[in-house]
Amino acid sequence: MQRSGLAGVLRETSFYGAVAFFFVLAAFPFYWMVITSFKTNADLYNVTHIPFWFNDPPTLEHFRYLFEKTLFATWLLNSLIIGVCVTAITLVTALPAAYSLARLTGRNGEALGIGIFLTYLVPPTLLFLPLSRVVATLGLQNSMWSLVLVYPTFTIPFCTWLLMGFFKALPPEIEEAAIVDGCSLFGAFVKMAIPLSLPGILTVVIFTFTLTLQEFVYALTFVSASDQKPITLGVATDLIRGDIFYWGEIMAGALIASVPVAIAYNLFLDRFISGITGGAVK
Amino acid sequence: MVSIAEPVAKPATPFRFLLDRRDLLGAIFVAPAILYVLLLVGVPFLMAVYYSVSAYTIYDPSWSFVGLANFEQIIGDPVFRQTLYNTFIFTFGSQILGLILGKFGALVLLRPFFGRKFVRALIILPWAVPIALATVAWQWMFDSLYSVINWTLIALGLITRSEAPNWLGNPHLAMLSVIIVNAWRFFPFAIVIFLAGITSIPQDVLDAATVDGAGFWRRNYQIILPMILPITAIGLIFGIVFTFTDLSIVFLLANGGPVGATSVLGFQGFQTGIVSGDVSHGAAISLFMLPVLLIVVIAMLRFIRRREI
Amino acid sequence: MAAVLTRDIIKKFGEVPAINGISLTVPNGEFMVLLGPSGCGKTTFLRIICGLERQTSGDLLIGGNVVNDIPPRARGVAMMFQSYGLYPHFSVRHNIAFPLKTQGVSSIEINKKVEWASQLLGINHLLDRRPRQLSGGERQRVALARALVREPTALLLDEPLSNLDAKLRASARQEIKQFQQRIGVTTIYVTHDQVEAMGMGDRIAVIDGGRVRQVGTPAEIYDDPADRFVATFVGAPPMNIMATNGGYLGFRPENFLPKDMIEDDAFTEFSYRVDRSEYLGSERIVYGAVEGFDPKQVITAKLPPAHVAEESIRPGQWHPFAVRNSALRRFDKDGMRASRH
Repeated sequence: MQRSGLAGVLRETSFYGAVAFFFVLAAFPFYWMVITSFKTNADLYNVTHIPFWFNDPPTLEHFRYLFEKTLFATWLLNSLIIGVCVTAITLVTALPAAYSLARLTGRNGEALGIGIFLTYLVPPTLLFLPLSRVVATLGLQNSMWSLVLVYPTFTIPFCTWLLMGFFKALPPEIEEAAIVDGCSLFGAFVKMAIPLSLPGILTVVIFTFTLTLQEFVYALTFVSASDQKPITLGVATDLIRGDIFYWGEIMAGALIASVPVAIAYNLFLDRFISGITGGAVK
Repeated sequence: MVSIAEPVAKPATPFRFLLDRRDLLGAIFVAPAILYVLLLVGVPFLMAVYYSVSAYTIYDPSWSFVGLANFEQIIGDPVFRQTLYNTFIFTFGSQILGLILGKFGALVLLRPFFGRKFVRALIILPWAVPIALATVAWQWMFDSLYSVINWTLIALGLITRSEAPNWLGNPHLAMLSVIIVNAWRFFPFAIVIFLAGITSIPQDVLDAATVDGAGFWRRNYQIILPMILPITAIGLIFGIVFTFTDLSIVFLLANGGPVGATSVLGFQGFQTGIVSGDVSHGAAISLFMLPVLLIVVIAMLRFIRRREI
Repeated sequence: MAAVLTRDIIKKFGEVPAINGISLTVPNGEFMVLLGPSGCGKTTFLRIICGLERQTSGDLLIGGNVVNDIPPRARGVAMMFQSYGLYPHFSVRHNIAFPLKTQGVSSIEINKKVEWASQLLGINHLLDRRPRQLSGGERQRVALARALVREPTALLLDEPLSNLDAKLRASARQEIKQFQQRIGVTTIYVTHDQVEAMGMGDRIAVIDGGRVRQVGTPAEIYDDPADRFVATFVGAPPMNIMATNGGYLGFRPENFLPKDMIEDDAFTEFSYRVDRSEYLGSERIVYGAVEGFDPKQVITAKLPPAHVAEESIRPGQWHPFAVRNSALRRFDKDGMRASRH
């Protein structure tokens, strides 16, 4: 209801003011990240300069430094390997588990599903103590493979829950028709359920990958060797020489690591939401 | 009339239809996931409990049972009590702030306006971007010398350079800083949850309320709020669980300081158990997270079940 | 040898018996309709025959073989689901070929059979489309083709017309029935719509509460109902049932006429207070109460539109109405049919 006149104008201004407030609140630190990555050190570390824009022309020196003089590229590779491996392990484990809980186990399945999901809530800051002993016993200490071992402990529960929701949304008639037409239960799973849930599976893949990129606590606990660090840990802790933070490089590294995750989240946001809430709120 | 051929007579002996046995297949399918979770979550959990009642350290991995001695020791330690207190302040401060921001943010995003998709994409960023990377950006923003926040305050004439707050060096400001960063990280999630809840309310319920004479605020508080309570509760569970147990923000921004002013349970567990190698006391500290977690989860789940429409 | 034979099938979900002992014989080539209200167990029973559910106890024989523990694909049955269950990610051709592919039939055979089935149903021109590009009627035909291509011993249909709107339903009914008569495949058809059942079935099994109340031809079900449930479930408006001492008396609305329209000598007279009447074009439905019985019970009469004098059904007045004795049905106090009058 548009009311003309002063009340209307005030309303609109305060509305757009609110929009601007949230916009700046959310985005400013990223703007800060971006602009810091491209500023020369001389520009950055000069208190008399206006920080909001470039005083010296923008530079790529931080990016160059990142790739040439630090282990950044190695960290990128590490994260990629960890991501792919963990996603593979998660898919192989969670896909059949989710199908079983959605279709094959009835009411016990519901309870078991909730149980598995609840393990997602067990905090890493509790488990990291015994897990560090397990990792040490297996000889994986200080190696990124310790993360490949440990990350599925939270990706599997969450992805099982998400996939359960997607499988439940499939009309059971299609799988039943396949069974009557000659498939075994396993055949119906492979030939019907999986192809028809590909969008959901894709969402889960992306989500798992971003989960592994986001993780910090286990990485911090298990990996201290610089060349084994995943990208998030490396950028946050390893770009420091002595007492000095290499802010330009840190921001540049953070930027590179953040962009793909941000893009993925935006593309798949709606699916994540329906996956999470679809399971909980009927 | 088309003749139908006699179907090939199938012998009536029961085949071994392994891949058809619903119960067997169901069990096989779930087994790997359950195994993984049992071995790498269940067993370690029990191990952690056992550590807390033993005298295990890295240097002396003894499994001897010491009863509740570890718990008595940490409760007697003022640093721990400070940590416990900090954890509650940190969690509830950031959750409340995050919820309020989230609620109003959701209301703002409900109404279509030019560029809404773009704004929505950017508002998600704090939650989407890896926590450590966003935190180091804030770390840089709070830097004692080059803080852009201080620069702005000085430029606006609100303070002088000598009055510039040392965000991460002053105990109270440090706590405020970590709360702000955590709320900042949480509020997009809150927006998403609220939006999902509000848009799931069937339009006819809202229309009926309007026809019945309910104005904006009444509709908001008496119709919308109660109906989105279940989904809000779920969002809160996630928020509380992850905030209460987190150490990333506190570690990166202030390393738990200054002087333990921002130390939270997860952080102190890390310091004691991993860095110092005192596994048994570290486990005891970390276990303190459990009662609160359990209460929160159970209370919320009950609440949701009661309110299921 | 019957195509489908069940002996005392019982199905319990937990403690609750959804099916409480059904023994049914469906001879070769018959179109058997399972009719009953929602929740009566008819769909569960169909699924048991199909093999998607397993009965708690009792025997199921298909084509003379005991199939209790055999999965659907080895039973020689084909099923058509309520929403057809077409495979959305396959073309129509692949949909129809799928049941043969799973049996490992050679591709030459498959092509022949697919051609034959799609020819039979007139869908040759649709073979390369996807299900989402088809209309409701076309989808139904594809589902039928897919069901037929294996030449099953029994074709099972689960309320296939309930998703169609009223206009399409009549023509779809026609198609299915004609089709079955041409092919001659034993068919078991589940519905809650008694018009469909009466119009299509060679025989009807009326099911309620997990038990078969009566099996018979449409005429038998209609004229000779075995109990009160069958009597009131089939026929619209339902049979009027009035409580008399020690039992019930029933008569169908079309047999309840003004006295001077009865041509038989043996009739029973009632005093009928007309409350209101509806003119429906092809007939007139009259609502009222009969003297001497429960005054709150509404008794209906179905009269032909013409040949009815206005005064004989004027509302608010008592009129003499009657029923031929041969059309009266008596039920004992348990609701079962007593001897005919």
